[in-house]
Amino acid sequence: MLDFTPTEEQQMLVDAIKRYATNDLQPNAHKMDENSEVPEAIIQKGWEIGLIPASIPEELGGFGEYSAITNVLALEELAYGDLASTLKLMAPSLFAYPILFNGTDDQRARFLPLLAEEKPYPATAALNEPGISFDPFAQQTTVAREDDCFVLNGVKANVPNAEGAEWLLVYASDSETGQVGGYLVQNNAEGLEITRREKMMGIQGLAAYQVQLSNVRVGADLALNGGDPIDFQRLIDHMNIGVAAVGTGVMRASYEYAIEYAKDRVQFGQPIATKQAIAFMLAECAIEVDSTRLLAWEAAWHIDEGKPAAEITKAAYLAREYANKASLQVTDSGVQVLGGHGFIREHPVERYLRNARGLPVFTGLTMA
Amino acid sequence: MPISFEIPEPIQQQKQMVNFVAESTMRTVSRQLDENEHELPNEFIQTMWPIMRDQQAATLKKQLEKAGNGGDDQDKKKSNGKPRTTYLRLTEMVEELSWGDVGIYLCIPSPQLAGSAIEAVGTPEQKERFLRRFAEGDKPVWGAMAMTEPGAGSDTSAIQTTAVLDEETNEWILNGEKIFCTSGQLALEESNGLVIVWATVDRSAGRAGMKPFVVEANTPGVSVTKSEIKHGIRASNTSSIVFDNARIPYDNILGSPEVKQKGSAGFKGAMATFDASRPLVAASALGVGRAALGFVKEKLAEAGIEIPYNLPYHKLTAIQRDVLEMEAQLKAARLLTLRAIAMLDRGQHNSLEASMCKVKAGKSVTVVTQKAVEILGQMGYSREWLVEKWMRDGKINDIYEGTGQINLLIVARRILNYSSKDLR
Repeated sequence: MLDFTPTEEQQMLVDAIKRYATNDLQPNAHKMDENSEVPEAIIQKGWEIGLIPASIPEELGGFGEYSAITNVLALEELAYGDLASTLKLMAPSLFAYPILFNGTDDQRARFLPLLAEEKPYPATAALNEPGISFDPFAQQTTVAREDDCFVLNGVKANVPNAEGAEWLLVYASDSETGQVGGYLVQNNAEGLEITRREKMMGIQGLAAYQVQLSNVRVGADLALNGGDPIDFQRLIDHMNIGVAAVGTGVMRASYEYAIEYAKDRVQFGQPIATKQAIAFMLAECAIEVDSTRLLAWEAAWHIDEGKPAAEITKAAYLAREYANKASLQVTDSGVQVLGGHGFIREHPVERYLRNARGLPVFTGLTMA
Repeated sequence: MPISFEIPEPIQQQKQMVNFVAESTMRTVSRQLDENEHELPNEFIQTMWPIMRDQQAATLKKQLEKAGNGGDDQDKKKSNGKPRTTYLRLTEMVEELSWGDVGIYLCIPSPQLAGSAIEAVGTPEQKERFLRRFAEGDKPVWGAMAMTEPGAGSDTSAIQTTAVLDEETNEWILNGEKIFCTSGQLALEESNGLVIVWATVDRSAGRAGMKPFVVEANTPGVSVTKSEIKHGIRASNTSSIVFDNARIPYDNILGSPEVKQKGSAGFKGAMATFDASRPLVAASALGVGRAALGFVKEKLAEAGIEIPYNLPYHKLTAIQRDVLEMEAQLKAARLLTLRAIAMLDRGQHNSLEASMCKVKAGKSVTVVTQKAVEILGQMGYSREWLVEKWMRDGKINDIYEGTGQINLLIVARRILNYSSKDLR
């Protein structure tokens, strides 16, 4: 039955995250961006909300059951606070969820309990690659089977929290079949090198790295699904929905800030919000924020309902495509409403614009 | 209840049935009626009349029973706490019929907007007297709403049509001219229907002086002076109506005749019908948009062009990007529409959401159908096919029931918490 209201439990979670986003993330976002660092204390506080443990089954030490809709609600609220912190806080989910969905029983039993602890577990995933033509389904990073292990070669880009990570889930294309698989690589593996920290236009608080893999050997027990084909499309679906969800949060933050500003800012003797030129821009933003959110919800609902794979993929892809564009329109309007002040870093709107511009390359940086 | 986008099974089935009607009785005459404006879709009207009539009979019965129970809504009680799906069902039907043909859909024999107004603010006696004709008989009957005037479009408060009470005969005397009245001629000349006419009883009172009056067919002094020739929805009748000392009974006023300074119940009550009609116009827009998008995808597939949902931006062709954008825009509009409708079915205040979906759907159908013509090249532009017609038909959805801009203004006022004086 058609319904647009989160459950009471979900609402309580959203309220808790909103407090964290407003009290801890927003007031520090500027500093974290300028310093290119999110303090551990802030991450610890966010971890205590228990978002990743909530997706891990009880028998593996978690306290819940995975729900894409719940995660979408949570991601929007977190990103409303600050996108860089969100990506940093949730980076272990890039390791946890694929194991949850595609891991062998042994992998689930070995790794998932680590992610249900009270302290964030340092694990992440490496999907993106440098350059202009990255296609997750046709990766330059390759994997070849040799005796009883897998050998990885290639360069990964924009890997969040790679420095200090105990484990990395590395995606690579099979050098013969082209099929993409996932491989769990420990930080001390020979041939694994974190080459440099990425310098980016936005999400500067997130420490993300380039990672070089030169003949990195991974035991057969560390390939997702035991080395058999994984449902990589589904993982991409989760990533697409994640991007749409965090995009909604960034858009909403910009939109709400612009609304308050426009009602306060007096020019020609009146608040600028009383002019249609400004008011209409804001109204368009309101519609775009809600559109993006609903598309993300609907795609997540497809997953939770176990709809056919092709429908999930389509819904997730459309939500993501929509978010890519709409987030830019809304955050650009945010800057425009503030005029010259929007260009000054004391106001958050220019940061929102820089962060939103990144959505198209954030595949692999977040998952619902 | 958790977040869900599930459309109940019975509604999905009904939608499929309506799709069959649309395909067999609408699409088949779409082109012919477009080329011959002012010709009626008789087969469609005859097919729909018994269905609409029986539905109207059931609605009227419920309405009168509700009045008999002192306003106790049996409908709500029967649903065991579950929200109603009345409007959701209607939305899906409107979308499907508009997928068939918007112009023909607008010819559906029913009270149309007059029904919403009478149901919203009419007394039980008025409901019986005015709506019974839509619930019985073999001949189709239409209702219509007349608001717009030559000098009053979006600014409805500028209407000049007057209603003066003749105390001797206890009749209202109407004078003025209404234009752009959908199905006006069907209501007044083709059937024993009626038109809701907005007129002012006190020009100095502005909106508070504006009242809705029911004008029945065959009222002396009322004449349909013109049927417009239009850009699109050419199967639909758009009339000018002149009132020249037209006399109607005192009891044909809807709501109170009192001119209050603030919050005139009649005006507000009828304006509240926009909360329902705007999502329905949005649904209609979605139907046209879906028709165009579906046709484009079908023709592209025949030409060997598939739409992928897993390629990065740089691997998509320009046409694939266009189609994906069309699809995403329509989907966003549909989700906004479903939200406004879900609220309406729950009796929640939805003015903001109703205007939001109307803005989005009106704009989306415009862009999508225009793009469809472009993508299909000569086939898109040719009158051999229906795509160019859908582009002309679709545009009306960004205009009637409040233009995109008027609805955007409403959204803006709501989100800024501004009155119509704060934000003009």
